[in-house]
Amino acid sequence: MRKIFGLAATAALALGLSAGTSLAEDPLKVGFIYVGPISDHGWSYQHDQGRQAIEKHFGDKVETTYIESVSEGPDAERAIERLARSGHDLIFTTSFGYMNPTIKVAKKYPDVKFEHATGYKQADNVATYGGRFYEGRYILGQIAAKTSEKGVAGYIGSFPIPEVVRGINSFMLGAQSVNPDFKVKTVWVNSWYDPGKEADAAKALVDQGVDIMLQHTDSPAPLQVAQERGIKGFGQASDMIKFAPEAQLTAIVDDWGPYYIERVQAVLDGTWKGGDTWGGLDKEMVHMAPYTNLPEDVAADAAKTEAAIRSGDLHPFTGPINKQDGSAWLKEGEVADDGALLGMNFYVEGIDDKLPQ
Amino acid sequence: MRLVLEKRAEHSRLMTVVSPLLAIGLSLIAGSIMFVMIGVNPAEAIYAFFIEPLTSTWSLEELVVKSAPLVLIAVGLSVCFLSNNWNIGAEGQFTMGAIFGSIIPVLFHGFTGPLALPAMIIMGALGGMFWASIPAFLKTRFGTNEILTSLMLVYIAQYILDYLVRGPWRDPDGFNFPESRLYEADHTMWMLGDGRMHFGAIFALVAVIAVWFMLTKTIKGFEIKVMGQTPRAGQFAGFSRKGIVWFSFLISGAFAGIAGIVEVSGTIGQLTPVISPGYGFTAIIVAFLGRLNPIGILFAGLLLGLSYIGGEAAQVTLGMTDKTTSVFQGMLLFFVLACDTLILYKVRLVKPQPTAGGAHERV
Repeated sequence: MRKIFGLAATAALALGLSAGTSLAEDPLKVGFIYVGPISDHGWSYQHDQGRQAIEKHFGDKVETTYIESVSEGPDAERAIERLARSGHDLIFTTSFGYMNPTIKVAKKYPDVKFEHATGYKQADNVATYGGRFYEGRYILGQIAAKTSEKGVAGYIGSFPIPEVVRGINSFMLGAQSVNPDFKVKTVWVNSWYDPGKEADAAKALVDQGVDIMLQHTDSPAPLQVAQERGIKGFGQASDMIKFAPEAQLTAIVDDWGPYYIERVQAVLDGTWKGGDTWGGLDKEMVHMAPYTNLPEDVAADAAKTEAAIRSGDLHPFTGPINKQDGSAWLKEGEVADDGALLGMNFYVEGIDDKLPQ
Repeated sequence: MRLVLEKRAEHSRLMTVVSPLLAIGLSLIAGSIMFVMIGVNPAEAIYAFFIEPLTSTWSLEELVVKSAPLVLIAVGLSVCFLSNNWNIGAEGQFTMGAIFGSIIPVLFHGFTGPLALPAMIIMGALGGMFWASIPAFLKTRFGTNEILTSLMLVYIAQYILDYLVRGPWRDPDGFNFPESRLYEADHTMWMLGDGRMHFGAIFALVAVIAVWFMLTKTIKGFEIKVMGQTPRAGQFAGFSRKGIVWFSFLISGAFAGIAGIVEVSGTIGQLTPVISPGYGFTAIIVAFLGRLNPIGILFAGLLLGLSYIGGEAAQVTLGMTDKTTSVFQGMLLFFVLACDTLILYKVRLVKPQPTAGGAHERV
């Protein structure tokens, strides 16, 4: 068995090598693994938009493939290896839970290049990338504090990982910059994509009296509930205005296209390197959807904040900031470094809920 | 007029053998129609689904990796279902097995050597048995419905896992991300071959043979079947009703628990919030697809595994969406179960009878 497998592997390797050298005009094969269905109109949908942007930009020079709804458990490694085995040169694994499987497969296929979204482990052939979505959250916080009459927002969280906790904190810091007494109620649904659960959580929050809603999950369901119940909300990952024409105030849009095109180009040029890219509004990885359903001055202020963050004049995590328990975290004028942001596992002062630990 | 299913007086032995093949044939036909409708060459699609995964050692090994936990859990469940104990909570027993087994690599990672792995497996089995003993206790002591209790315990187990990997068992070097430390080499399941295939496959095979032997060659097997079909008759024969509840829950819990720790130490290499794509629930389908017969379950597990692996292959080679592949999997299951039903039952058209009580009649 072992011997046969060894032979097969050698043969496959030989084939792979010869394909790489002799047939230079072969299209570059680029693969994607999505955690949800591409029809989620959120996270996976936006990654697929990025994939389509690659196809459009490079035409015949590339060939793209994707596998959708790959669960973050034992199936992930097989799905990734399947792409690596079938001649893909560059593979994007687009969810945090694919981190260790990506590293494992990357070790076995040193000639294939991997890009893992939102993780922290890198290798010579594994780069990581992510968006500074918290920048958008800060803007949402300011808008929410100006729009909400009750001063209470509902926040639907997926999993209490640093990425999500950072978003809640940034939102609250934005809101507190307008109204220091602003409150947030959080519900965790323990899923990235579960429209039913997300909608239930949204309804529960509305019943508890929140009048503005936002979410860190992937479907438009919470926003649709906001629309039905006549309150305001924000789109997540994607511009969701068509699902909630009266309720959406803006949306944090993930725009992976430019980054994906840049990375494919790098592989084509032979200049691809590992490392980490964490881009925000400045790198166009994060966009704000048009500010709608808002008074003019609020929209203008939001645009101003957006410009300040983009230019680097404003960092959402600038001291003085205390932790939830009142202990000091950042001194006056001190800006949180990326390491602290990436591993964030505490709430800032002013959030009443307890962080699930 | 309405349709009724009527039990056949006797069923054809020939059809019992032919029916799975018939079902596969029917799903190929129905599937082909669907593939044509979405503009995919049906021959290519069927090749990608059923043949391509069997053509390379890698995908054969992957097939074993995917099917082994299904078979192992389903064999345990078959003992439950045959004895009329409805353990729906194998997913929770799987999770508890993974948690108990992981006590060693997470908390006592210094305990290495050849004994570490067997100890983990025993702990895993104990974890699964412990979790299965709760519905068994509630059923024997209070007459609680085990379908409900075993199912609810799944969610509890998943939340315990979630709590552990986010809290006390979180990897100290993991930047606060929800996962345990990566297991040491001594805590990783023995591998078979160069790929991902590990010793879990052997456990599944041993379980199939052991349960087959028990069911067909021993008094215990007879007892299980009698207590499932006519518990009153069984009690006259001196079989204990409570005893069989405990026995079937503990054995299926142990198998699910072993599957859990084997999956975590063999395939994933650490505890994460999600450790199973629903193996414990899919195994229920596998158990019935295999007609609660261990040998049948082995083939059913492989067939279901093949349809997953093939579905993924079809996504890559033909650019199909996962919706299409899951519709095709659904068709396959539908035809297999429908064909099986028609071995035991026949369909008859009944004319409504104009009697006074007719309106209340139910079949």
